[in-house]
Amino acid sequence: MSEGQRNGGSNVSTTVLGADEIILNMGPQHPSTHGVLRVKLKLDGERVVDSECVIGYLHRGVEKIAEHRSYQQFAPYVDRMDYVAAVSNGLGYCEAVEKLLGTEAPPRAKVVRTILTELQRIASHLVWLGTHALDIGALTPVFYCFREREEILKIFEKYCGARLTTHAFRIGGLQYETYDGFEEDVKRFCEDFDKKIDEYEALLTENRIWVGRTQGVGILTAQDAIALGVTGPVLRASGVKWDIRKAMPYAAYEQYDFEIPTRPNGDTYDRYMVRMQEMRQSRRICLQAIENIPSGPIMARIGKVLKPPPGEVYHAIEAPKGELGYYIVSDSTTQPYRVRVRPPSFINLQAFDKMARGALVADVVAIIGTLDIVLGEVDR
Amino acid sequence: MQRLKARFGDAIREATLDRKQAIVLVDAARLREISRYCRDDEKFDMLTDLTAVDWPKREKRFDIILNLYSFPKNERLRLKAHARENETVASVCEIWPAANWLERECYDMFGIVFEGHPDLKRILLPDEWEGHPLRKDYDILTQDTAWVRENLGIESGQ
Repeated sequence: MSEGQRNGGSNVSTTVLGADEIILNMGPQHPSTHGVLRVKLKLDGERVVDSECVIGYLHRGVEKIAEHRSYQQFAPYVDRMDYVAAVSNGLGYCEAVEKLLGTEAPPRAKVVRTILTELQRIASHLVWLGTHALDIGALTPVFYCFREREEILKIFEKYCGARLTTHAFRIGGLQYETYDGFEEDVKRFCEDFDKKIDEYEALLTENRIWVGRTQGVGILTAQDAIALGVTGPVLRASGVKWDIRKAMPYAAYEQYDFEIPTRPNGDTYDRYMVRMQEMRQSRRICLQAIENIPSGPIMARIGKVLKPPPGEVYHAIEAPKGELGYYIVSDSTTQPYRVRVRPPSFINLQAFDKMARGALVADVVAIIGTLDIVLGEVDR
Repeated sequence: MQRLKARFGDAIREATLDRKQAIVLVDAARLREISRYCRDDEKFDMLTDLTAVDWPKREKRFDIILNLYSFPKNERLRLKAHARENETVASVCEIWPAANWLERECYDMFGIVFEGHPDLKRILLPDEWEGHPLRKDYDILTQDTAWVRENLGIESGQ
């Protein structure tokens, strides 16, 4: 087994320990795999030589279910895919069906949708920051992040009754009018939030340990990112300045002024910086939107029974994780013929192998965290 | 789209616009060639999605759909190809590495075999699963499969 078979170049005797390559299983139950993800690592000592992600532990057959529900009945199911950012999933689905029907939500609905989606983006990034920092070993940020997330979830609860799987939007617009005090709550949150992001940055951005653990880890070049279909903050941290909210605007994004943060290196530190900047930009959008919510109806006139004309549509939005797309095929009955969800986490997770080659085991944890995957979306 | 027609004339079956989105139906046999042309000449550098739709009443029951996106042109394009049940389809993994897991998922859910794929095996379902769930003839209430009986110990009638 260990008569010096391998170790071309190493002169350390391996006869005692038999240190060949080992396959280590980071099993589906693991505190740092963000859900039920299994990663098979082939290790040479502490370095990853090869890796394979085994997924499917949370596969619930959502796409099959969609074929047996009407369009409105399927809407609550989409929240459960990326359960950390449920509102974005709902936005993508409702807009895709609206495109299929050939209608649009009225302006007031679009603006309120934008506000709620941006709040949800902040909430999703807060979960990401808290858990990512926790995995790497920074125990404090998670408490700070969840304190802010609590404020956002309170707003959601006052708006639609649910904190996590909100089903906030309906096909054609909104069901609920904004509650009295909605604008004040959002404004108060946004005004306090800037200082809070500064607090998180004070904890991490120039922290030697953080920088040491994240800089140079999990580098993904722009070319690899595009070839692997990676989207979202991971792509922007590799230097590609692309955001669907600017490239193909939807909801009310054209009216607002915001920037797309990018960073050149594509390592874990850059992805951290991009998401921190995105939180600031989301706050900016919310403040602009809150100033001027148009009045008017909140629901388009589309009738109770939806039978879209036959055909297909692909509609993508910029979810907090990346490009969330819905490809819906209609055969003119009340139930969709096929709903395909293009899950950003699934496709971003493909890049894991590329990023983890040559990394240490401790970096594997950082890389999984930085990809910001939600297994509900990976497996559907 | 005009250029695609000019170059591949006979392989392009039809080119349509549905709800302002460009769809090009191509011959499955020349899918790889057309994909390479799309990536290199037409600059569709990102494969956004690769999926399939099952139309069981049609002779070529599967629709393979590739959604492409071009960064320089900010345009989307949908390539469609028809495939019969046991026909193998060319894999586009070497053109867009993103297709790796996407094709595995199509294989898992529909049973479409992609020729040239480096590692075609089930991705979302357990490896020993029998059947392809997203096909229209796979009943949604199917619970009592061999895998479930062996691994979870659940008997039929649940």
